[in-house]
Amino acid sequence: MATANSRLRVRRQDGVIIVEFIDRNILDEANIQMIGEEITALVDSEANPKLLVSFANVDHLSSAALGTLITVNNRVRPKNGQLKLANIDPQIYEVFVITRLNKLFSIHGTTEEALKSFT
Amino acid sequence: MPANKPNTTDATNGGPAPSPGADAGAVTLGNDPTLSEAVQNAVVEAMDRHGYGKASRFAVRLALAEAIANAFHHGHRGLPAGTTIGVEYRVNGSTVWIAVEDQGPGFDPAKVPDPTLDENLEQPSGRGLMLIRAYMTRVAHAGRGNRLEMAYDKPAG
Repeated sequence: MATANSRLRVRRQDGVIIVEFIDRNILDEANIQMIGEEITALVDSEANPKLLVSFANVDHLSSAALGTLITVNNRVRPKNGQLKLANIDPQIYEVFVITRLNKLFSIHGTTEEALKSFT
Repeated sequence: MPANKPNTTDATNGGPAPSPGADAGAVTLGNDPTLSEAVQNAVVEAMDRHGYGKASRFAVRLALAEAIANAFHHGHRGLPAGTTIGVEYRVNGSTVWIAVEDQGPGFDPAKVPDPTLDENLEQPSGRGLMLIRAYMTRVAHAGRGNRLEMAYDKPAG
């Protein structure tokens, strides 16, 4: 959950948990672990989590951060939840394409588009 | 996609020869994210001085961050937490050359599974080396497999 040391901004809209990152660079493993724990706690708090992760302020993203997103996705799906990603910088989107994770995740251009895609 | 075609078989030729105006450094790092970020910043700032664009700086920062993370988390698995790695870099107007060396037993890069295969797509780890290969121009493993050398050539134009 959001704490004084949180690396996330969390809000709720239309039954969807919207998560944004405070850091521009999500490269540091300790930070990524903390982010993963925070998002996992949010997922665990919902029966059928609808989660939107926005990368609006993010300039850099490492493979460890991608791994955390996969772990979150693997936790959301058994609860019949949905995970959507949005506002990904073109350079970072290229990382998703190189790793083929654009095939795994539901990726949308904007927060509004992602919100409309939840069922 | 990255401008540079990855080539994992070519040696990196030891990097650009020291020359007037080139930026170079060699640092020893503990597993401290502040130090990791500092060396990333030093390389990226040197690239900026030598006229590399945003996409190039993005590529090299990512590759260096992945190489450092791999050294600590895979190279040093089972070793004491304080075990250090070495990072060397040289930047001139045409090439960025970086070596990251850990103190572990080394590994065989041919045995790293392809993370882009359908059966591996949901594995949370194993993408660092493929991102390094994708973004750098040349990547080579040296020593006993505990030293990664990589080079990035400035794109033409």
